[in-house]
Amino acid sequence: MAEMLVIDTHQRIAKARRRDLLFAGLGLVVLFLATAVLLTLILDLVVTGAPHIDWDFLTNYPSRRASRAGILPAWVGTSLVMLVTAALAIPIGIAAGLYLEEYAPRSWVTDVIEINITNLAGVPSIIYGLLALGVFVYLFRLGETILVAGMVLALLVLPVIIVATREALRSIPQEVREAAFALGADKWQTVSMYLLPAARPGILTGIIAALARAIGETAPLITIGALTFIAFLPPSPITSEPPFLSFDWLWSPFTVLPIQMFNWTSRPQAAFHELAAAAGVVLLVMTLAMNGLAIYIRYRTRRLMR
Amino acid sequence: MMFGANALAETTPPAADTGTAQATEVPRKATVEELSFWYGHKQVLFAISMPIAEGCVTALIGPSGCGKSTFLRCFNRMHDLYPGNRYGGRIILEPEGIDIISSRTDPMVPRLRIGMVFQKPNPFPKSIYENVAAGLRIRGVRSRAVLDGQVEKSLRRAALWEEVKDRLHASAYTLSGGQQQRLCIARALAPEPELLLLDEPTSALDPIATAHIEELIDELSARYTILVVTHNMQQAARISRFTAFFHLGRVIEFGPTEQVFTRPRESMTQDYITGRFG
Repeated sequence: MAEMLVIDTHQRIAKARRRDLLFAGLGLVVLFLATAVLLTLILDLVVTGAPHIDWDFLTNYPSRRASRAGILPAWVGTSLVMLVTAALAIPIGIAAGLYLEEYAPRSWVTDVIEINITNLAGVPSIIYGLLALGVFVYLFRLGETILVAGMVLALLVLPVIIVATREALRSIPQEVREAAFALGADKWQTVSMYLLPAARPGILTGIIAALARAIGETAPLITIGALTFIAFLPPSPITSEPPFLSFDWLWSPFTVLPIQMFNWTSRPQAAFHELAAAAGVVLLVMTLAMNGLAIYIRYRTRRLMR
Repeated sequence: MMFGANALAETTPPAADTGTAQATEVPRKATVEELSFWYGHKQVLFAISMPIAEGCVTALIGPSGCGKSTFLRCFNRMHDLYPGNRYGGRIILEPEGIDIISSRTDPMVPRLRIGMVFQKPNPFPKSIYENVAAGLRIRGVRSRAVLDGQVEKSLRRAALWEEVKDRLHASAYTLSGGQQQRLCIARALAPEPELLLLDEPTSALDPIATAHIEELIDELSARYTILVVTHNMQQAARISRFTAFFHLGRVIEFGPTEQVFTRPRESMTQDYITGRFG
């Protein structure tokens, strides 16, 4: 005989509400704690560092006297290194992700490459530094230059961009591919006209994550021999004579903001610690500006996609 | 005139009645000969033969999983997109008589000549205009005038022009489901296909949108050869001139729609159309 199932509706609903309330409350507390810690850190950095940021600080070379020390070579170095990193990692990363997701035949070779890329994302950055020192600096004799710094950081963040590209492509419904092929599109048309535009927001998110990681890296750059005290700028990329563009800066020694900060915090004088905080604020602003640009591009391209 | 009557005789009993004769007298857009298909090691189509009459709607009916969508997707080699699939037999596309599924035929050959509308509306994440222009852009059409003209003509044929003419550059996703499906029809029509494949084009739509699409198929049949898969037997009866009844990967019966629905030769067809199974 079937037993009648009796449920006290009110009790059941009350229980569901309590549970939802509990979880929402818990989530709010955790979120608040995490945000509060982060905000405290940033606020502390800004309060300590911001008063030191002025025109002189941005345009002076480092100095033994804290009152005259500036970060000109550091922020120029960071900008140029990031330029090289972005120029190498973005096209190579997207191309590799595209190949693996859309072109590569399923085989054990592809599987091995896939496992390697996933694992590479977890390799400590100093290992990349050692590799670059051995291969780029000693073997290829490229020197302790901006080019090598950009190359090692590009290697470091390449897996992030590859994985993000693949995820973005994989999340495109198969119907889009079928629709394109059914219309007579060839593979490249399908990829360039329909898949890449649809994957752009996801790829951009990956690029943000990758470049944000690269801009803060110190260990691999110290390993390849970045300078900690530098009193000159790399040659200008723009020249007064034709062809007006010069790539000599690629071969210049360099320093970057995180190394400058590291250098200052390891000094005994408190004044240098404050300068490190100021450099940290500049680094944060540069990161945010980079992310802002990517978010703007993503927003602009998203308007047509739902 | 008889167009390969032998091919037809293989799926239908040799006791051909007037209906079969009628089917063979219409000029053909394509002829399916002994078509088999395998997903990996699993055979899902078994030596199917039937003619596709030019300028007519041919409906494919049958219970779920009977292979009618698989059959349809052979015509534009959609199965080539996935590894491990295998075709057997031939699909001859007239007038040149090229074999669509031959491994020597590039899949782009049928795809450039045959249009397809899928079960679920699948517009590209682009504007309404760009969706309709997609097939032309793929074919390398650059001229603004040609694109504009063909986009309007296709949207008119898909009975969507009046609803979207003021917002051609809005996202295709702003349209309702029924409008999106008509947009997909317009997109398939824009490159002027010789044959139009419709894979259950109304299964995701409400009755009003369905009625719209059915009217549309009726109008389009004056100009295009249409092959339509449908779950809905009333729909098949309403819109098609020929009907093929599929069951477990085989064509059980093929003939003029009127005959298949009123005087089916096979008892299985009778059972299906009267709702006894399926």
